[in-house]
Amino acid sequence: MTRKLPLLTEDNSPFWQGGAQGRLLIHHCADCTRFFHPPAPICPHCGSFEVAPRAVSGEGKVLSYTINHQAWRPDLTEPYVVAIVELAEQAGLRFVTNIVGLPAEAVHIDMPVRVRFEQHEDVWLPLFEKDA
Amino acid sequence: MMFDRIFEKDVAITGVGQSAVGRPVARSGMRLTLDACLEAIADAGLTRADIDGVACWPGDNNNGDAFSPVGPNALIGTLGLQVNWYGGGYEGPGPLAGIINGAMAIASGLCRHVLVFRTITEASRRKVDKNASALTNKTIGRDSSFFWQWYTPFNVLSAINLMALYTQRHFHEYGTTPEQLAQIALTCRTNAALNPKAIYRTPLSLDDYFASRMISTPLRMLDCDVHCDASTAIILSRADVAGDGPNPPIRLEAIGAALHQPWSWDQIDLTATAARDVGEMMWARTDLKPKDVGSAQLYDGFSILTMIWLEALGLCPRGESGRFVEGGHRIARDGQLPINTNGGQLSGGRTHGLGYVHEACSQLWGRAGERQIAPHHVSVVAAGGGPLGGSVLLVRD
Repeated sequence: MTRKLPLLTEDNSPFWQGGAQGRLLIHHCADCTRFFHPPAPICPHCGSFEVAPRAVSGEGKVLSYTINHQAWRPDLTEPYVVAIVELAEQAGLRFVTNIVGLPAEAVHIDMPVRVRFEQHEDVWLPLFEKDA
Repeated sequence: MMFDRIFEKDVAITGVGQSAVGRPVARSGMRLTLDACLEAIADAGLTRADIDGVACWPGDNNNGDAFSPVGPNALIGTLGLQVNWYGGGYEGPGPLAGIINGAMAIASGLCRHVLVFRTITEASRRKVDKNASALTNKTIGRDSSFFWQWYTPFNVLSAINLMALYTQRHFHEYGTTPEQLAQIALTCRTNAALNPKAIYRTPLSLDDYFASRMISTPLRMLDCDVHCDASTAIILSRADVAGDGPNPPIRLEAIGAALHQPWSWDQIDLTATAARDVGEMMWARTDLKPKDVGSAQLYDGFSILTMIWLEALGLCPRGESGRFVEGGHRIARDGQLPINTNGGQLSGGRTHGLGYVHEACSQLWGRAGERQIAPHHVSVVAAGGGPLGGSVLLVRD
């Protein structure tokens, strides 16, 4: 499956490239000790600039999902699962991703998942599979 | 939320206009725009010389694509207008941003009569490129968008994927069913049968709904609005001169434009979205209550959004929209809260925002023809999905 890739910046490259070392890097605030996403130079919770990417466990659960059946591009002929995954570290810490490695029909809300990186050029996409 | 000045009370709608609505219409985007704007100006009893402001959402975004081929910049010179203020741009509270911005311009003393318009030519565009509106087209090469980069790498290439995530979560949290969701499409189709300008007017059954193609579970083709070519125009006038025209002024009783969450499709409340903030703000600016609303024109770019607006505007309790619309009797033309009386965007056509304002005014003025509902004085219009949202409460005294 081909992917449209993000333009890498100083702010977003830890998220998109952490997978090169097998790490899911999420921005964390040293002052209020909370994670936040998307990554930015300032903590949206407390306004601190004491922020830096920090590795998380890569574990989470499915908050919501959908099985896409429409071929928006000619190569997208197979159904694929788009989901919002909430990370184990913090309630509300979440992002959109794909669930892979199991039949689409088997995905459900609250299903435990674990990150699995998929490399495309210099981007390591954080996809998720069922956490056995 | 507390507000000590309600600027919109200085503003009223005095005229409306709309081009042909079709799939496609054999007219340019500019010609459609002129058809709508000249009709609206005449409807308000004005001439081009009276228009001293122009507002549009989203404007032409400097690329003139089919989502919004004509913006204020192009219209001003084409129509020979001389304005004291004009504005467009995507970054605002959704498809009603032109109404809200135009009202602010009047209330702040810049203008007396603002022409608000919205043109769309997606039907013509889709004749040559059926994926013309896919998100992936918004940037070329690598995705440099602050927002879309979080979705396009995962092949979220249409807004429907995001809407489907909201829908699935609504089903999970509140027990909303596909049959309840289908009622939005069914009600819109029933209403569209009485609207000669509607795109789809043939009867629709629940079986037809479930036979329609699955696009992104649980949303089907019939949960998506129908692309069209159209332009709609609304004239806003300063309250003290609004009574000079032929139409009884329709006052802007209250507007909602709040966003108290990130501008994001996944970092917001997934089952209430920005609509939650919009509804709270609107009701904080008026003594009227949801029970006073006689008709509601609620955005149905995707069916789930109408459900979310019903809840966000307090027209039913949070989480109860499925049970509220079930069977369709409450939201029917003769029900306690008629919605989308022209067929909405699901069957009427994706006029994208101002079509709802046009319909609300047509109903309040009693000029909706065969689809006219019982006389009423208060109508609410709300538009947008996800982080995009705005609303306006309209009153004909």
